[in-house]
Amino acid sequence: MSASKVIERDLVVIGGGPAGLAAAIAAKEAGCDVVLIERDRILGGILNQCIHDGFGLHRFGEALSGPEYAGRFIAQLKGLDVPVLQNTIVLNLSSDRKLLVSRMGELTEIHAKAIVLAMGCRERTRGALSIPGHRPSGVYTAGAAQNFVNMENIMPGKRVCILGSGDIGLIMARRMTLEGAKVEAVFELLPWSSGLPRNIRQCLVDYGIPLYLSTTVVNISGMGRLEGITVATVDDKRQPVAGTEKFFPCDTLLLSVGLIPENELAREAGVALSPITGGALVDADCMTSIPGVFSCGNALHVHDLVDRVSEEAERAGRAAAAFVAGKLSSGGTGVSILPGSGVRYVMPDHMTIPENPEETTLAFRVTTPKRDGVVRAAAGDTILKEEKHPRLHPAEMVWMRLSVEALRELKKSGKALEVSAS
Amino acid sequence: MTDIDLNYDVLVIGAGVVGCAIARELARHKKTGGERLRVAVVDKEPDVSLGTSSRNSAVVHSGINYAPGTERAVLDVKGNAMMDKLCGELKVPIKRIGKLTVALTEGDLPGLHKQKNQGEANGVPGMELMDNAKMQTIQPGIEGILGLWTPTSAIISSFGLTIALAENAHANGVDFHLNYAVKSIARPGKPGDPFEVRSADGRTCRSALVVNAAGLHCDEVSAMVGITNVKIWACRGEYYVLDKRLDGTLKTLIYPVPGPNDPGLGIHLTPTVDGNILIGPSAVYIPEEDREDYRATSAIMADLRREGLRLLPDLAASDFIRSFAGNRPKQTPPEKGGNADFVIEETSVPGFIHLLGIESPGLTSSPAIALKVKDMIVKHIPLTERTDFVAERPGFIGTFSELPLEQRMDLIKTEPEYGEIICRCEQITKKEIRQAIENPLGVRTMASIKYRARAQMGRCQGGFCTPRIVRMLRDEYGYRPEDFFVRGGAPMFAGNVRSEKGGDAR
Repeated sequence: MSASKVIERDLVVIGGGPAGLAAAIAAKEAGCDVVLIERDRILGGILNQCIHDGFGLHRFGEALSGPEYAGRFIAQLKGLDVPVLQNTIVLNLSSDRKLLVSRMGELTEIHAKAIVLAMGCRERTRGALSIPGHRPSGVYTAGAAQNFVNMENIMPGKRVCILGSGDIGLIMARRMTLEGAKVEAVFELLPWSSGLPRNIRQCLVDYGIPLYLSTTVVNISGMGRLEGITVATVDDKRQPVAGTEKFFPCDTLLLSVGLIPENELAREAGVALSPITGGALVDADCMTSIPGVFSCGNALHVHDLVDRVSEEAERAGRAAAAFVAGKLSSGGTGVSILPGSGVRYVMPDHMTIPENPEETTLAFRVTTPKRDGVVRAAAGDTILKEEKHPRLHPAEMVWMRLSVEALRELKKSGKALEVSAS
Repeated sequence: MTDIDLNYDVLVIGAGVVGCAIARELARHKKTGGERLRVAVVDKEPDVSLGTSSRNSAVVHSGINYAPGTERAVLDVKGNAMMDKLCGELKVPIKRIGKLTVALTEGDLPGLHKQKNQGEANGVPGMELMDNAKMQTIQPGIEGILGLWTPTSAIISSFGLTIALAENAHANGVDFHLNYAVKSIARPGKPGDPFEVRSADGRTCRSALVVNAAGLHCDEVSAMVGITNVKIWACRGEYYVLDKRLDGTLKTLIYPVPGPNDPGLGIHLTPTVDGNILIGPSAVYIPEEDREDYRATSAIMADLRREGLRLLPDLAASDFIRSFAGNRPKQTPPEKGGNADFVIEETSVPGFIHLLGIESPGLTSSPAIALKVKDMIVKHIPLTERTDFVAERPGFIGTFSELPLEQRMDLIKTEPEYGEIICRCEQITKKEIRQAIENPLGVRTMASIKYRARAQMGRCQGGFCTPRIVRMLRDEYGYRPEDFFVRGGAPMFAGNVRSEKGGDAR
């Protein structure tokens, strides 16, 4: 890797969406020299196409649209005089924190003391689902359809079925209805919805759109344009049950079937990734297995609320600034944090206790919906924290704060911390 | 549709790799005496290479699979030997990675030796039998008791070759009439007068000679001139495409020893020139009704997944980025299976040449088939090589991201759009998208852009770049929503959400 132009930088933040913006602001406010790289022509990331409201309820106590939420951070960033490279893409990241960057008319190499990975995520496609049938036009991921409708003024189709009850699919069910399309139904493989309960209510129930649980698409018909889909109910092993097939005529199928953290750069650099989340394995400072490389936002793990992305990214940005200032060492893996029964994964994956501030946040998702549930962080027989939740849902992340006293206890025990839900 | 009423010396029906190779070979020639040879290619699709030619394993075969003396064997070995020069001229990616045909059990050995004997008789160069230890030096981790190594086996961009042949033929004066579904072929005058080849939408081309390279539909085209004793069955092969994460896992092609009546070469893993891996193909005859039924079926998909996981145990669900299917034009009926030899002949109708059953190794054989057809044409029209034939594609650099860094930086200086990435998965630049949009054949479907620039072929399957390509076509080329097509047929979009004036379009 040798470009003609080489630049030295303290901190490079890759990605100008909500995570990258918050990380860059936090790092700059901590006194660090930051440059932000964004591959699109504008900042804001996926928020730009999210013109519905509900963003910022936790952080600002207001229901903002995606562009409004992003706008607040963009304004703050501009006030801090952080250089932003737009229309710029990172082609390669090396394990010694060198980036090969392409922008209009230039390939540049940037040597950074620290890097924050905030590249967001991508949508799972039909290919990853292996849906049988033909390959007509009219099959879109929900996010691509949202881009066409909200950014390009293009209507993908008029008679719509949606597979997957993830939040983007639910939002698009409402959006397409509001723009005059007929949304026939939303189908969900799992016995519960994958989206936030408020989106089920506001996007489906309010518009009379049926949601079929334990149902999947078993065939796609149409040689040119989509003509319809065949769905079937699935058994408890999520396999289609013969004889339950039903045909739904439609010209459009939207797929809202999961998001995958974007970590191709991280993988090439040698960052250790979690097989469960697809994101990096990090400590409580969001530092990855490569010292000085941090990860946050949906590139780390797919979040339910943007407010939480901002919070996590600020933590990563502050830690990256501390690393640049020599105030954060990369001392060992510390205590392991494991998902216990009823929990799919926990973030962070491990903690180095002495480096941490007065409290630490664990973020995790439960595996199945529960009423009157209890979440518990324990090291062996020692319970560090226990919280009651009237309702737990895989679609909603649980955030648990652990105090410094609890962390010290944990360190003394020398055991792994296990988070469980029952 | 505008009527065309054009006169040609040779009209090729079918713009697959064979039809396009014939067109380019003819473009290399003029009539002896100096007059220009007028050549056209017609195809029912809106672009070249949308049928069998873009739907296969993209392997250049060595020639061990075919009985000595058959057209398949002769043309395969000859075509294989022609590929490096051809791909060099046209900047088509080809990698000579070789192939191991592997006997897993004692029972496979007779089949393996048969392949070696066939290869020797066919003149396949460089073959070698290898024990397991020797095979390990080529592909670590391989299992098998004996392998046949054929170093001339290669991987190639199959659609890349077809498009390059077509665009180069076009640059040298061949006409391409697309969306031209041949409906009838007549010879209204006396024998020796031109054929009249009519399209379903009312266009007519007249041509002294007609070459039927219609692939899956070659029997239907031959029937139009009264040849009704030939018959094609479509045999579908399904594939999975795996993520580039696995690039480098396979160092060579690895095939099982085929059984005597296998209609294909068996399900296996094939690396592609672009760094993906293909799992497939299956081989299932499909009903008559639609020979271009490219559907994926749940049973085969499950088989392919199982096979993929057996050979690459750490495959994740997200590594399966796409499936596709391609149909072989077979001359052998389902109850017989196996393979019949290629038929390439001037028929009982003078001046009508047909090519029947060009399935595997049609891609490998295509340049040799083109020479053979040219020689058949010479019997009617004496030909001489042109001195002004341009064998290269001027200005075409291949895939930008695969060029050395220094060269990339130089190119970006003169063409800043090489510095702007549109397709992030494949790292395809705006300049490459623009070249694909402005292709010499003038085709503008999303598939045309995809096959030329590789955009939309990555792990996000166009989730990121499709809206950006749509924006380019709209803002810079004036497209309306109804102008966007994947391949032709039905438009991609229903219309605008709202009218430009701000009112409600509904």
